[in-house]
Amino acid sequence: MAARTVYGLSGPEALAKALEDAFYLADPELATAAWLALALGKPLLLEGAPGVGKTEAAKALAGILGRRLVRLQCYEGIDAAHALYEWNHPRQLLELRRAGDRPVDLWADAFLIERPLLTALRHPREVVLLIDEIDRADQEFEAFLLEFLSDFSISIPERGTLKASERPVVILTSNRTRELHEALRRRCVYHWIDYPSPEQEARIVMLRAAGVAERTAKAVARAVARLRQEPLVKPPGIAEAVEWAQAVDLLIAGGTPWPEAFRRSLGVVIKDEEDLPYVKERLDSLLAEARP
Amino acid sequence: MSWPPPLPRAARPFVAFAGLLRAHGFPVAPEQVVAFLEAVELLGPRHVTDIRRAAIATLAPPRERIDEFLALFAAHFLGQGRTAPAEAGEGEAEPLRVQEEAGGEEELMLEVVGESKGEAASPAEALGLRRFASRPAARPLERFRREAPRRLPRRRGAGLVRAKRGPVVDLARSLRRAAAHEGELVELAFRRRRVRQRRLVLLIDVSGSMKEQSEANLRFAHALARAAERLEVLTFGTRLTRVTPALRLRSVDRALERAARTVRDWDGGTRIGEALAAFLRVPRLVGFARGAVVIVLSDGLERGDPELMVRSVERLARLAHRLVWANPLASGPGWRPETAAMRAVLPYLDALVPAGSIATLCREVLALARDRGERRRAA
Repeated sequence: MAARTVYGLSGPEALAKALEDAFYLADPELATAAWLALALGKPLLLEGAPGVGKTEAAKALAGILGRRLVRLQCYEGIDAAHALYEWNHPRQLLELRRAGDRPVDLWADAFLIERPLLTALRHPREVVLLIDEIDRADQEFEAFLLEFLSDFSISIPERGTLKASERPVVILTSNRTRELHEALRRRCVYHWIDYPSPEQEARIVMLRAAGVAERTAKAVARAVARLRQEPLVKPPGIAEAVEWAQAVDLLIAGGTPWPEAFRRSLGVVIKDEEDLPYVKERLDSLLAEARP
Repeated sequence: MSWPPPLPRAARPFVAFAGLLRAHGFPVAPEQVVAFLEAVELLGPRHVTDIRRAAIATLAPPRERIDEFLALFAAHFLGQGRTAPAEAGEGEAEPLRVQEEAGGEEELMLEVVGESKGEAASPAEALGLRRFASRPAARPLERFRREAPRRLPRRRGAGLVRAKRGPVVDLARSLRRAAAHEGELVELAFRRRRVRQRRLVLLIDVSGSMKEQSEANLRFAHALARAAERLEVLTFGTRLTRVTPALRLRSVDRALERAARTVRDWDGGTRIGEALAAFLRVPRLVGFARGAVVIVLSDGLERGDPELMVRSVERLARLAHRLVWANPLASGPGWRPETAAMRAVLPYLDALVPAGSIATLCREVLALARDRGERRRAA
């Protein structure tokens, strides 16, 4: 049976290609999971360490679908009002004052402040909803989200129930600081984003920082991969690798010799005061391994 | 209504794979199986990797068990040997019996150690019974009970409640009040965040090495149970026993007596790793720990496999809001553990606190509430 076309994408390969054109390199597993999420109309749940490019994946996906990315950043204590809608009470009060004896519809759209979930519900074809770092939110919010994601409808007491005309594209990310509820995982298409392989990361570096020499990109990718094996408080993410490559490239262009350039720009990639002395001690051997 | 048609032949291996996963303790919901079938069809499938990717994306195996999952996949779809899964999940295939006590009481008992691997367990698991002498409550415990309700860890609940004063102006209510004054805002109404006591889970080591402290620890647990709204207490040694119902009794002596009858593995061997792993295998207990402050009261002297202990602690730390290890061997704030197992779990703990006496324990638990904001690891 031939694969179906969803959102103009004939399959995972087509999606991977489109993502690459949008400067995001996705491995086949991610492309498959993302394509399946689109085809099945389910939310895509991306888990992985901080800095592996979960949010970037969502942005790239929104880009290739030609949609606006609506982002809901979760935090401890987030509640439905921050996620759904709020009434603009000051404006209602002002309107009442201004109206005098004229009747006023206090529950008109003009007084409704849309928050990300409501936006996604009202314009499912125009947006990609990104629910970022869901692991930071409380369990109550997770339960609420579960309900929202299962039938994509919300009820506003003053206005009645609102249902999405079609299922919006939803991406959830989690840094896995805590475990998500099973039910939420069940409802989604799941993908664990790993750090890319050194070869893949070198390609990412060259894609993002166009001026960087291939030799530098490869060395940086290898060094960063090596650093991630060390017990660091904050292992470097992909963004750090890109910045390190740029920094090293700049220093080398300025005449700094090869290993010295890595050493001097270490602050770009190691951003924790406890990690810095630890890495400095071992940097020579790490670099020796990373050398092309 | 008609019966659903029988499963098409082509779908059978995929449905059977879900069954195989369930048999190995992977939670697989029916909707996931449906999604899996749809995904396989959508992808073609042109190759077995398509099926594998579809399986991972829709059946969402936990990250720690991905190797086991892949081994099962290979065994099922590629007919490769079944030895791999047993290796990958060592200790996980172990039988886990959930015992409910006669009389319908809510005690929950889990066999931590299977009968088959009884080397250290059988002599140790003498299933000792304990008698506790009645004695007046210690002074620190009395004070603890008075202070704890106000000073236990809290969390902000969802939603806002009406309040006399608060950071949020309740405009909806203010609006209605204004109506009573001809539309003039005379008086503002406020709302503030509901504050709730955070769930507490207390895991008490009752093995031989903790013999001296067992009674004091239970007395402490009772005081905590009297003061806290949401608390679960479990003891572990060679078994994992839920003693929360016993500790709900008002009188300390009766509570201790009942706990003493419930717990059957007093002063036995310790298998912290296996006890914690058993805890983590029961969804209901996992539910207790999620978002809670988990306090492990143990000397951390692991007789079993330290690696299992480390893995279990890591998972527990991820589930819990804070994971605190109260260690009677710890003498002060600067104390660092000597044993390999304890040192290995250190990076996952939010705090390692001394628990040498009731007074220290009370002080440390009351201090937990002071910790606010971002998570900080002990190591």
